[in-house]
Amino acid sequence: MAYSNQTRDLFAAEIEEIKGKGLYKEKRFICSPQGAEIEVEYPEGAEHAHVLNFCANNYLGLSSHPDVIQAAHEGLDQRGYGMSSVRFICGTQDIHRTLQNKVSKFLGMEETLLFPSCMDANAGVFEAVLGPEDVIIADRLIHASLVDGIRLCSAHYDTFKHMDMKHLRKKLELHQDKRTRLIVCDGVFSMDGDLMPLDEACALAEEYNAMILVDESHASGFIGKTGRGTHEHFGVMDKVDLITTTFGKGLGGASGGCVSGRAELIELCRQKARPYLFSNSLAPSIVNASIKVIDLVSSTTERRDKLEWNTKYFREKITAAGLVVGGKDTPIVPVMLFNAKLANDMARDMYAEGIYVIGFFFPVVPAGAARIRVQLSAAHEKEHIDKAVAAFAKIGEKYGIIGLDKKGIIEKYGM
Amino acid sequence: MSEMHETVLEYVIDEYVDEDDDLEVGVDTPLISSGIVDSFSMVSLKVFLEKKYKISLPDSEATPEAFDTVNSICELVKKHTG
Repeated sequence: MAYSNQTRDLFAAEIEEIKGKGLYKEKRFICSPQGAEIEVEYPEGAEHAHVLNFCANNYLGLSSHPDVIQAAHEGLDQRGYGMSSVRFICGTQDIHRTLQNKVSKFLGMEETLLFPSCMDANAGVFEAVLGPEDVIIADRLIHASLVDGIRLCSAHYDTFKHMDMKHLRKKLELHQDKRTRLIVCDGVFSMDGDLMPLDEACALAEEYNAMILVDESHASGFIGKTGRGTHEHFGVMDKVDLITTTFGKGLGGASGGCVSGRAELIELCRQKARPYLFSNSLAPSIVNASIKVIDLVSSTTERRDKLEWNTKYFREKITAAGLVVGGKDTPIVPVMLFNAKLANDMARDMYAEGIYVIGFFFPVVPAGAARIRVQLSAAHEKEHIDKAVAAFAKIGEKYGIIGLDKKGIIEKYGM
Repeated sequence: MSEMHETVLEYVIDEYVDEDDDLEVGVDTPLISSGIVDSFSMVSLKVFLEKKYKISLPDSEATPEAFDTVNSICELVKKHTG
């Protein structure tokens, strides 16, 4: 079919509809390496602004770490640019095996399989492992990629209220007639920064003969005493059956993901997971750099400890400044504003103050739960955090929300 | 309000409304379009209806529109229970 003017108008109208709903994502260009301080071109064509970045998943500050960059160079030099193949034909190098083994050891799991991204891992794992006799019981706020993966799978699925263990128990009881039950959750929820109570969830999994899968994308490398993740934090490293995680956030920030877990389940992914079977291998430079990242986070907790300090410091200061924050103990700190326009307006004003943060609202988060999501990094220094808190206090004052609780903000601005 | 309306409304409140939510939900309250129920967790409602009324709701009919209010949900269930 020719791309006629009529066809063009059809799609243009859809874009206008997205804009009309206030959901249009504008272009923003970073003109420097990723880090705590970045150069940003926004809006498109504007002069570069030097801003502090508080919205990256660069939790450990490894995105531009010299040792990681060096390892990526060595990967290029020693194993080439690309594999021009999927893993199972001629796309697996010795370094892919090395990374898989190191990740298994780091996470305390039996086996690991690399995917092009964690999005792909989540898209592939369910269909590879489960069938129509089984049921997936998922937390309602799991990441969108898990939702997509669950929908691609022939197993039944059901949901439980966010982190509500009573409700999870009820659902496990309801589905005792299925062959297997798989509980699915995030370790750290990306929008709320709260930690799944994995000790309780694993106890329920044992009681009701269920398996458990945890997406650790916002946890691997820094949650838990030695950064192994949420399962380490709650002392259940041997109880989790499957972990999916990414090398695109705390663990280096480039790309790539994996499924790690019970040997038989990983073998089924290797045999059946479609994003693994039909997508190119992770590039050697990224594999080599990821090996370096796992070595770094295995050898010292220095960066994870600094992130923990930064998180505590920011949470204390922002609360003392009179803003409402959500979550607990994690470097994802939602500054709750409840009203979408308020979140958008405040994020824009924060940018003008040199602080790069983004407003989130429905449908990315539930209706009436708009917020600015702040993400801390080990790359932040104390003065960066002080500047961000000062800007929040100034902008919060401008909008008259300092000292107001949820009810007060909603009364003033609506939901 | 019919017994079915009462049962479905009670389930919706119990399943989707938190105790601290300041929400009043009735048989005409939009559920999906207002964000009280999202398209992913809507499946729990479908599972409940199928078990409770011993019916099978095809995906083509279990749409966000059909599930948007307790009234429209009951209409759909009645169609399948005859």
